[in-house]
This record gives sequence, structure tokens and C-alpha cells, in this order.
Amino acid sequence: MAELSDQLVTFAILAYLVAMISHAVEYALGNTRAVPAAPARELVGAGVGAVGGVVKAPAAPVAAATPPGRSARQARLAGLAAVGLTVLAAALHLGALVTRGIAAERMPWGNMYEYVLTVTWIGTAAWLAVLVKRPSLRRLGLFLTLVMVLLLAFAELKLYVEVVPLMPALQSYWFIIHVSTIVVASGIFLLGVVPAVAFLMRNGYEQGRRSFPYTLARRLPAAAGLERLTFALHAFSFPLFTFAVIAGAIWAEAAWGRAWGWDPKETWAFISWVVYAGYLHARATPSVKRNVATWIAVLGFLTMLMNLFGVNFFFTGLHSYAGVE
Amino acid sequence: MTTVDDRPAAPAGAPRRRPHPVLGLLRNSWRQLTSMRTALVLLFLLAVAAIPGSVLPQRGVNPEQVDRYFRDHPDLAPQLDRIGGFEVFGSVWFSAIYLLLFTSLVGCILPRMRDHLRALRSRPPVAPKRLERLPQHAVLEAPAATDPAAIAAVLRRRRWRVEVRGNEVSAEKGYLKETGNLLFHTSLVAVLLGVALGSWYGWHGNRLLVAGEEFCNTRQQYAEASLGPRVDSNDLPRFCLTLDDFDARFFPSGQPESYRATVTVDELTGSTRPAAFSVNSPLRLGSANVYLLGHGYAPILKYTDRYGRSQTSAVPFLTTGDANLTSEGVAAFPDANVDPATGKRDSTQQVAFEGLYLPTAPEAPPFVSSRFPTERNPAVVLVAYRGNLGLDAGIPGSIYQLDQRQVSNGKLRQIGDKKLGVGEKWTLDDGSTLEFLGTKPYITLSVRHDPGQTLMLGACVVLLAGLMASLFARRRRVWFRVVPADPGSGSPTSGSSLVRAGGLSRTEHPGFADEFAQLVAAVRGDGRTREGVE
Ligand code: HEM
Repeated sequence: MAELSDQLVTFAILAYLVAMISHAVEYALGNTRAVPAAPARELVGAGVGAVGGVVKAPAAPVAAATPPGRSARQARLAGLAAVGLTVLAAALHLGALVTRGIAAERMPWGNMYEYVLTVTWIGTAAWLAVLVKRPSLRRLGLFLTLVMVLLLAFAELKLYVEVVPLMPALQSYWFIIHVSTIVVASGIFLLGVVPAVAFLMRNGYEQGRRSFPYTLARRLPAAAGLERLTFALHAFSFPLFTFAVIAGAIWAEAAWGRAWGWDPKETWAFISWVVYAGYLHARATPSVKRNVATWIAVLGFLTMLMNLFGVNFFFTGLHSYAGVE
Repeated sequence: MTTVDDRPAAPAGAPRRRPHPVLGLLRNSWRQLTSMRTALVLLFLLAVAAIPGSVLPQRGVNPEQVDRYFRDHPDLAPQLDRIGGFEVFGSVWFSAIYLLLFTSLVGCILPRMRDHLRALRSRPPVAPKRLERLPQHAVLEAPAATDPAAIAAVLRRRRWRVEVRGNEVSAEKGYLKETGNLLFHTSLVAVLLGVALGSWYGWHGNRLLVAGEEFCNTRQQYAEASLGPRVDSNDLPRFCLTLDDFDARFFPSGQPESYRATVTVDELTGSTRPAAFSVNSPLRLGSANVYLLGHGYAPILKYTDRYGRSQTSAVPFLTTGDANLTSEGVAAFPDANVDPATGKRDSTQQVAFEGLYLPTAPEAPPFVSSRFPTERNPAVVLVAYRGNLGLDAGIPGSIYQLDQRQVSNGKLRQIGDKKLGVGEKWTLDDGSTLEFLGTKPYITLSVRHDPGQTLMLGACVVLLAGLMASLFARRRRVWFRVVPADPGSGSPTSGSSLVRAGGLSRTEHPGFADEFAQLVAAVRGDGRTREGVE
């Protein structure tokens, strides 16, 4: 079972890679028609949020006027193929998780390798769910698959460990509650970074910047929609993350006798929580520009990464389950 | 574009009498402190200030690492210590940030609470003059419900709060958002209070307990104890614990599988009771909780001195941190070789054995580390010392280490070393013997009482509920105005009326357009039946 799981991971990485190439082809062929016209009943203007740094209407209608030529059809085909490949990759990825869990006879969240494997799968699954609701965002898949390939390859090369049973400290139902919610919250925060970065690029582009990273955003969906998706994803996972941290504290009380001990991992969870709270505040404050708020969200994700990789590699603490020497 | 003011206009407006300059400054600073921007900056500072707490070792988390840091960085460490680098979360600057933040928080939520209570009691606002300017608007020709009361009924059934003013209906929904937000922020304060309560009235003690030993819950019996400022040593609840047995299981790979300590609890009620606890399931006594932190072995060593008198000790050897429980320690016999003729202790003839305990010693040398955490081939590897142990010098030493000063100044001399299996005997140069009889397990435990925890847990539940309400509830308003279809004729309730509708969501709400459409459909259809695409 364990070998099967390893093979499935490899295949999943390949599938993500091909999906990424497919997205890139779509991007290069550049069917601008796929850029959604901002829905007429755009509501952003109604609330407090109107003052943010978002630029009004995208230039989509103009582009739509060009007749869809052959390359446009091909681009669309490439895009659809990319989505199909992403679905395939997600299925392989899930298979890898399930077989790993069967091999270990427990939930596959016992060490950093398994953790990264699960978080990335959640990210992909959430992405596909978003795609069902908002097909027009398809082009973001390029960034998503890129992130998946990078993270999974890193996990495979640097974090891989053999299947082992759980430490006594991890044998608790709080393990399942705490880790599952952390994993889901992290997966959605991970997905949230994709529209956040896309927004930052696209927003710069819409404001007339034509230097390097901004030009990449030429064929991205409109900034306002990306920004709203960023917020929706973060608003969804922030309470989940909060719950996970609280569950962790309850568990820590049972295992170590204190709910909160400022262990490095706890400290970084606190930092991430405060930064994401800062993001939600910044977004609710009219005088803070939307791109500044979005930067805070990206910063929040960097603190999550720091907690995952930095703390496990550089510091020693009670949470030393990474299984990496 | 329509913006609706949330709060009653701030009283900053009218230039009435000039306030006193100092008062003005104070008021301005207060306003500044309680602004969202300040909250944002303070949140950010709080996050940044927490970083050194993870980079530098912290006394409360890992005192040994702090000591090591002092050894490794003798110049830098005292400087860092002076600014609280090793106690970041109790430092002046960290406290200053969160106290300012919570002051700002209180200053922010109190007025919002007052406004919200007012809003909860007030009626939905009068309709704007031109409903067609609202983000959502519709004109209903010949609707079923033309009568404001009927429209109001439709809205009420959908749990809107409704106010009818003449030919106008105003309705509002989603007060839960602000309620949730206020609950959330208030419970943050409650969490902080819980922390404070725990640190004032809580206490804890750590110690090591060898199987067969009993300890009672008094301050003296802990190796390390800390009592909150409002706790006196006499306040500690009375109970005693005896460790009857400790069972540790390991997988063949050496990875731990489970731990379980069996104890007898005596709560001084006249009878005792058996109990057990393990990692993840502490022993919960009414007045305190007992947590299992670690475990190890205490070798039983019998020393028979040159006069033939025997002493036996079971001294815990501390684990060195390796997974196979290689342990180190010292068994000291300060009363050895007391001449039975004089009965005087000879301070040059004290004896001690220092070295390692290996639960599973390797078959061949070097005997420096254990091969497995359970006792498959237990052995001690000891160095014998004779001389003055330095115990009378009045300098408190560790019972787990020899006083190295005595060794370096020549008062304590090494007289040989040996590996002993269970039951083996070692005869020293003066004819005295040391016998290794076996081991007893020991555990390290922590006894704790934190009275703030219940409050913290309750506050966390409210916090989550409030957070979700705040993030997912949506405040929105709709208005309906019944107007005569033909401005020239009759009453608004006549057959030929128009209904104008408008609505807006005060917070981002992509689904509001649909909701509005459904509402309009409901009013257009039949006011008395439930319909629309639900
Ligand atoms: C202990 C520090 C604080 C934390 C952790 C915190 C956290 C949060 C979070 C997570 C949110 C987003 C959820 C929601 O919309 O309710 C929020 C919203 C909000 N916070 Fe705070 N907050 C803190 C302090 C403050 C302070 C000092 C103020 C006042 C200046 C404040 C005012 C607000 C307001 C007005 C909102 C609602 C924004 C909206 O309209 O959505 N908060 N806070």
C-alpha cells in the first residue's frame, strides 16, 4: 500500500505538471474572450468597500469584439483540458492519501510529508469547488497548478518519510479534530493566495503598470472579482483556523497540562491568526486600500509557511512530529 | 452611489464652545487610539513582537535551552535578557502592546455597543427619496400586494424587521452581524481575563516520582513550583499520590506506543482509591490535574562499604534525550565508610558512582548508548569516586550530577569504572562492593490548577459563534413605496397603483440581487402565500 501511495504521488505531480502546461498553452494562445465581463449587477459599489483601490470595469468588452478565431478555440480546448487534468491529478492525489492512510492504519496526517500532501489536496479540491461556481476564473488554474507542483515536489524530495505509527502524544481524538481543521483551513488559505497574488498583479495592470510581473496579468480575470474571491476564501477559513487553534489549545491542556505555552509552533499560529485578523480589519477599513489589505493576506500565508517549514526545521519544540531530522 | 451612514453622525461636527486644550488633546488621543487604523497597527506590532518569542528560547518553555544560550553567547545573552528576550510574553514591551490593543478594543466596542443597542430598538429608517438610485430597484406594476400592510406581512414572514410609514414600508435584516462582531470582540477581552485569572490564582508544581514512592501536594515536595501572586502555599489542596506502577510500551521499531501510570490517590478523606493516567488523559482531581510528562528508570544500587555495612539507593537517572532512553545520573553514598569504632563520618572516604544506565546495552563496547527503550539487556556503566563529595560545603548541588569542583581540586578521586548487568557485583580496591540489583520506573509529572480555564473555554465558544455571525451575516435594507399609477388620481390603495422597491446590502453580499428579486417576486405575486424560488 505504501509503495502504491508513493507511486500515486508521483503520477499526481505529473498530472499537475501537464495541467499546468495546458493552462500555460491556453494563456499563450490568449483567448481574451475567456475574460469575464464584469457582471452588470456588480455590487461592490454599494457598501463601505467602494473606497478601496479597486479599479472599476475591466477592458473585457473590447476584447470580446475580436472574432473568436482558431487559436481562440484551441485556447479554450487547452483550458478545458487543463481543468480535466487537474481533476485527474486531484483524484490521483486523493488516492495517494487514502492508500497512505490505509498503510499507516490511521489518518494520513502524522508528519510533515503527509501534512503537506493533505493540505495541497484540500487546496485543489477547494479550487475545483470554486471553479464549479465561477468557471470564468479558470485561468487562475495556471498559478494553482504551479503551486501544487512546487509544493508536492518539495514534499517528495525533502520531506518524504516511511509510514510509521503515531506517537502516544498524538493518540487522541483531538488529534483528528485539531489536525483536520488545521489542514482544511491551511488548504483554503493556500488556495486564497492564488487569487490574492493574481489580484495584486491584475490591479497593478489595470492601474496602467506595464512592467514585468504586471504584464503577466493581462489575461487574468478582472481585479475586483479576484479581490472578492480572495476575501471570500479567507473569510471562510479564518473561523475554521480559529476553531483549529482553540481545539489545539484544548488538546494541549490534556496532553501537556497547559492550554497555551508559547511553544514556537503555538507562537507562529498566534502570529498567523493576528495577521489574518489584521487582513480582515484592513479590508473593513475604508481608508486602507484593497491592495494593501491583500498584501496582508499574502503575509499571513507566509507566516503559515513559516510555521510549517521554518518552525519544524529551525526550532525544537513540543510539536516535533515533523519526522524530519 | 449610495452610502448609508452606519452610526449617528459623530458629534465632532458643530463647532460649539471650544473645549479646554488639554481635554481636547486627550479626546483626540483617545479617538486616535480607538480608531481602526490604530487597531491595525497594534495588531501588526503584536504579531511582530511575538517573533523573538519563537526565535529565542523562552524561560517558561525551555529553561535548559536558555542556560545553553547563555553559555553559547555569553556577551549577547545578558543584553537580551535585560530587554526581556527570554521572557518575551511577559516583557514590558509585549505587555504594553497588548494592553494598548485591548484598551483600544474596549474603547472601540463600548460606543459600538451603545449604538447597536440603540439600533436594535430603533425602527428601520425612512426610505430614500429616489429608490431607483439604489443598487437594487424595481417597479412593480399591478402587484398583488398593493397595500403597505400586505407588503409588510410578506416581509415579516421572511423575518425582516418592518416599519410601515403611510404608503412606505421600510425593512431591515441582519442585525446579527453587528451583534456577532461585538460578541466576538467582547469575548477577546474575556479570554484575556481568563488568562489573568489563571496567572493570579493558578499554581503548578513539577516533580519526579519513583515507583513505590509517595508524595503529597505541598510546595516543598516539588522540585519546581510556581504559585500565582494570589496563592499562598497553605492554599494548596491536600492530597497524596503513590506511584504503584508504570507501563510503557514500544513498537518493535522503538517508537513509543503507549504510557500508563497507575497510582493510589489519597485525598485525606479517610480512604484511598486507585487511579490511572497517561499522556492525553490526565488525572483530574477536583482541585488539581496531574499530567504525565515523562518517564525513565531508577537503577537500584547496593553499596557495601569496607566495614561491611550496606546501603541501597534507587536514584532516578535522567534520560539524555535519545529515543532509546540512555540515561545518566549519580548514586552518592555520603555516609559510606563510617568507622563503626568511632561512629564518625570520614569526609575523605565518601563514595559516589556516576555514569550511564542503558535499558538495552549493546553486546559489545562501546557502552555509551542504549539500543532499545525497554529493558532487554539492562546495564549500568559507572565510574567510582572516593573522597569528599562536597555536600557539606552548603552549596546546593544537583542530585543528578557530581560536584565537578571537588573532582578538579583533587578532593574527589576516580578509582575505577565498570559495566554491571543485573545481579553483577563489582569489588573495589578497598574491598567494598557495588551490586546492581535492577531498576524501578519513575515518572515526571506536573500538577496544575488553572481557575481561568473555564472562562477561557466559554469565551472561546462565544468568540467562534460571534466570529461566524459577524463574517457570514449580512445587514441589508429594502423599501417599498406604494404610489398611484396615475399621479393625478385617487388613493394609493386603489387598484391602479405602482409599487416602487429598492434595496441595498450594507456589506458585500453577492447574493443580495437574487434575494431582492425573490422578495420583489413575492410582493408581486400574492402577498398571502409563500412563493418565490426558495
Ligand atoms: C484584540 C484585537 C482584535 C482582534 C483579534 C480583532 C479581530 C477582528 C476580526 C477577526 C474581525 C473580522 C470579523 C468580523 O468582521 O467581525 C474584526 C472585525 C472588526 N473589528 Fe476587530 N479585532 C481586534 C481589535 C479591534 C479594535 C481595537 C477595534 C476598534 C478600533 C476593532 C474593530 C473592528 C470592527 C469595526 C470590525 C468589523 C469590520 C467589518 O465591518 O466587517 N477591532 N476584528
